[in-house]
Amino acid sequence: MSVSSRYLQLAALLALLLFPVLGSEFYVGLLSRIIILAIFAMSLDLLIGYTGLVSFGHAAFFGIGGYALAIAFQDAAVIHLWQALPLSLAAAALAALVIGWISIRTSGIYFIMITLAFSQMFFYYFFESPSYGGDDGIFLFFKPVLMLGSTDLLKLDNEINFYYFVLTCLVGSYLFLLMVLRAPFGKVITAIKANEHRVCALGYSVNRYKLVSFVFAGTLAGLAGFLEGAHTGYVNPSYMSWHESGVAIAIVVLGGMGTLYGPVLGAFIVVLLQDFLPSLTEHWQLLFGGIIISVALFLPHGAISLLPRILALFRSKQDDAQESDDG
Amino acid sequence: MSDEKMTGITRRDFIIKGAVATAGLATASILVPQSFAIGAQAKVKVGILLPYTGTYAKLGTNIRDAMLMRFAEAGNMLGGRPIEFVDIDSEAKPAMAQQLTDKLIKKENVDFLVGPVHSVVGMAMVKTARGDGPITVIPNAGANMLTGSLCAPNIFRTSFSSYQMGYPGGPAMLEDGHKRVVLMYWNYGFGKEVAAGFKESFEAGGGTIVKEIATPFPEVDFQAYLTELAALKPDAVYTFYAGGGAVKYVKDYAAAGLKDSIKLYGAGFLTEGLGAAQGDAAEGVRTILHYADTLDNPENHLFRAAFKKSTGNDADVYAVQGYDAGELILRGMNAVKGDVGARAEMIRAMETAEIASPRGKLRFSKSHNPIHDVYLREVIKGENRVVRVAARDQDDPAEGCSM
Amino acid sequence: MELSFYLVQLLNAVQYGFLLFLVASGLTLLFGIMGIINLAHGSFYMLGSYLAYWLTGVTGNLWLGILLGLPIAMLVGYLVERLAISSLYKRDHLYQVLLTFALILIFNELQQILWGTDVHSVPIPEFLAGSIQLTENQVYPVYRLFISAACIVVAAGMYWVIQKTRLGMMVRAGATNREMVQSLGINVNRLFALVFSFGVALAAFAGMLASPVDSVYPGMGENVLIISFVVVVIGGTGSIKGAFVGAMLIGLVSTFGKVLLPEMASIMVYALMAVILLWRPQGLFGRAG
Repeated sequence: MSVSSRYLQLAALLALLLFPVLGSEFYVGLLSRIIILAIFAMSLDLLIGYTGLVSFGHAAFFGIGGYALAIAFQDAAVIHLWQALPLSLAAAALAALVIGWISIRTSGIYFIMITLAFSQMFFYYFFESPSYGGDDGIFLFFKPVLMLGSTDLLKLDNEINFYYFVLTCLVGSYLFLLMVLRAPFGKVITAIKANEHRVCALGYSVNRYKLVSFVFAGTLAGLAGFLEGAHTGYVNPSYMSWHESGVAIAIVVLGGMGTLYGPVLGAFIVVLLQDFLPSLTEHWQLLFGGIIISVALFLPHGAISLLPRILALFRSKQDDAQESDDG
Repeated sequence: MSDEKMTGITRRDFIIKGAVATAGLATASILVPQSFAIGAQAKVKVGILLPYTGTYAKLGTNIRDAMLMRFAEAGNMLGGRPIEFVDIDSEAKPAMAQQLTDKLIKKENVDFLVGPVHSVVGMAMVKTARGDGPITVIPNAGANMLTGSLCAPNIFRTSFSSYQMGYPGGPAMLEDGHKRVVLMYWNYGFGKEVAAGFKESFEAGGGTIVKEIATPFPEVDFQAYLTELAALKPDAVYTFYAGGGAVKYVKDYAAAGLKDSIKLYGAGFLTEGLGAAQGDAAEGVRTILHYADTLDNPENHLFRAAFKKSTGNDADVYAVQGYDAGELILRGMNAVKGDVGARAEMIRAMETAEIASPRGKLRFSKSHNPIHDVYLREVIKGENRVVRVAARDQDDPAEGCSM
Repeated sequence: MELSFYLVQLLNAVQYGFLLFLVASGLTLLFGIMGIINLAHGSFYMLGSYLAYWLTGVTGNLWLGILLGLPIAMLVGYLVERLAISSLYKRDHLYQVLLTFALILIFNELQQILWGTDVHSVPIPEFLAGSIQLTENQVYPVYRLFISAACIVVAAGMYWVIQKTRLGMMVRAGATNREMVQSLGINVNRLFALVFSFGVALAAFAGMLASPVDSVYPGMGENVLIISFVVVVIGGTGSIKGAFVGAMLIGLVSTFGKVLLPEMASIMVYALMAVILLWRPQGLFGRAG
């Protein structure tokens, strides 16, 4: 990671930290949404960009995180954060363990299809179940709170409080993934993506590494799902639809897979597109689909790959002698 | 015409202006002469959240077009102030409802909120808007809780509650001489509420529900269930299906040869607006609804002609609901002469409004839900014709409402 | 329940299985020969239904509708192949998934522009509109039997082409070993375009056949797509025989599941797939590795 791109990241973080001071409540809420989606996308990037596992059912874990919160706490007067958050994370992790264990035995198109199938199973389970709201979903009328005894440490009803909480989760997830990737574990899974057979030949139990990666990714997706459910106060089976999984893949690729901040950028781009395009035309999905296709064909490394070029332009304009390596 | 600044979709802008222009020319109504001095009066912002894409698109479009027509008939002024519309496509997706409602309320700061079609979108909308939010008029979503447990002084509905779709069915079927019936419906929130309403009145009137068949939603493969129905041999069946499911159901019902042996009844959406798709299969099917195209009252005739002229489409129950939503907002704004701040007075004017709607007499309950006549209709030669009034001044129990 | 009830369900299951087979065989050939995952395949099924609806409305006759619609569908398929799919041959699965997913978004929007959002129905041709009496209580629509019959004819035709003609030989060879076919000097581009168009025609034809019994509505392609993928995966990619067996299995599980265990019906199909993949990760008739 080059020095200049690290500065850019810090600048971005600073901007995110200061935003609520400048932006209206509506935009703070919008940014919260984007950040939640960014966490989800980052978790998928761990699979697609680093481990080389194309999962088409990642939305299942997102949904499980949200549904765990909704089902356990829909009638509760107070939702304790220290109970709700670990529950969602545990549920998502468990699901990822089971699904991962079965799916990782397959590869290629079969892996894509079986991950899709599992997310469909979860989708239909919640869609058709009378006890979990079905297609109507479940509404939550309160937000989680963090209490010590009877004093409120953190109340999340406030849009700004919630924003900072979500931002903390983003930074935390980012640092966690960074740590994982820098460790020997991370090196192995990157190697698996590059050449699985060789890693196997070197004596590593490839499936076990893939499974751990899958569980990490699923758990983080569950975190995102928990945050989304807490933010909107509503969960719905569509959280787990394959459409969501598809858009998640688009976010990762559009942003730039194989980097951690690529998906964050991708989340910004996609949400802003989804907000802006409908004002151009009623048939904005055409444009959206067209953009995805263009990126897939002409910019396969995503928006992030434009960054070095922009930086280079900027630097050459300033006549700087500093050299830039790949971001 | 004043220069309307739309934060919505440009193409929609043209459609709205076109519809408004034609409606203004076509309807024989009082055109209030106004000098449109720009900046003379601040605009009233009306936020609309309706589906314009997806399976409910026709409903959303008709509701909006009818409401705009009503405003145009009043010279496009609310209480003497020009109107600015913010029109958002809900796509009938509950998952997006929260953020779109937030956009209208917090970003656009609308004075009025109109929508939605889908009940669950409605729940998200009402959850956000109730209490301190803008005055909200629901022109379709029928979930009981919207004027029940989620009721609030600023929430109004001009459509119906699912209770009102089921309850009048009981006495109607009993009067037709059916004592043993099967209750068959789509197993989801809305369908279950309609079924519950029917069950309440039918059993209270001495009828017997032989079996309740709740078919999975939104599956449209009814083969197995129709077979089961045939085997039960009831006098008749009361159903709830809508849209594509209703088309399939009615056609499958006829194909299974059941129409002569077991009379088919249903909540209005079984046949409403689906004549072309259902064809002969729908002949003789009886339904319960608070409107019928063939209603013979002067308001309806005028309305249908005006709607056809301004949009080129035939009016339906959704258009009526949108038209009445427009009327209700007009009543409120005219009563306070455009002062949106005079909320309590405006709400009082709206809740006591008695409207001569194309559906008949329309007034509102304490929970701001419509009180209207519900008709029993039969499909004759492709049209839903009124057989008789199934229930006069049908109200709604507003369960859970503390207003 | 009486026997005739189960008989009806069996007929339904077989008919559904046949339609799935038509859609899935195009999909499996696509993957087996061209190595492409095409998520937009369900959109061609939808295209077939809408063409049937539109052309039957214009000509007044379902046969003419199908006759005119098939070439249109194949033309659309050819264009899509040339413009979009051909750029995917060298790419890996991720980009194929992404690009064809975007195609679905585009096709859905195009369908709404062209034909709007209403639900439509297609009239069954007169002489097929009746029902035959199975038992005292049960009638069964003739048209559904016709669907199965039509599919059998198509399947037989496909079998003959694939097993008995030179073209079929190339297809089989390509499915087994893509690179070898290329190095044997066969014009691969033309073969691919042909296979693709053929797959599109099959899916569209299935959509046309099904349109009178299932209504025509926006987004109808997506359910079929997912289930077809399940069929392909169960049967093994590249195997027509696998597609047939998979389709029949799914047809039976899905149909009987709906009546016996309605709450679990949809899940059962996916559970079946998971079980089969646990036992044979390459599908029932797929090549290992």
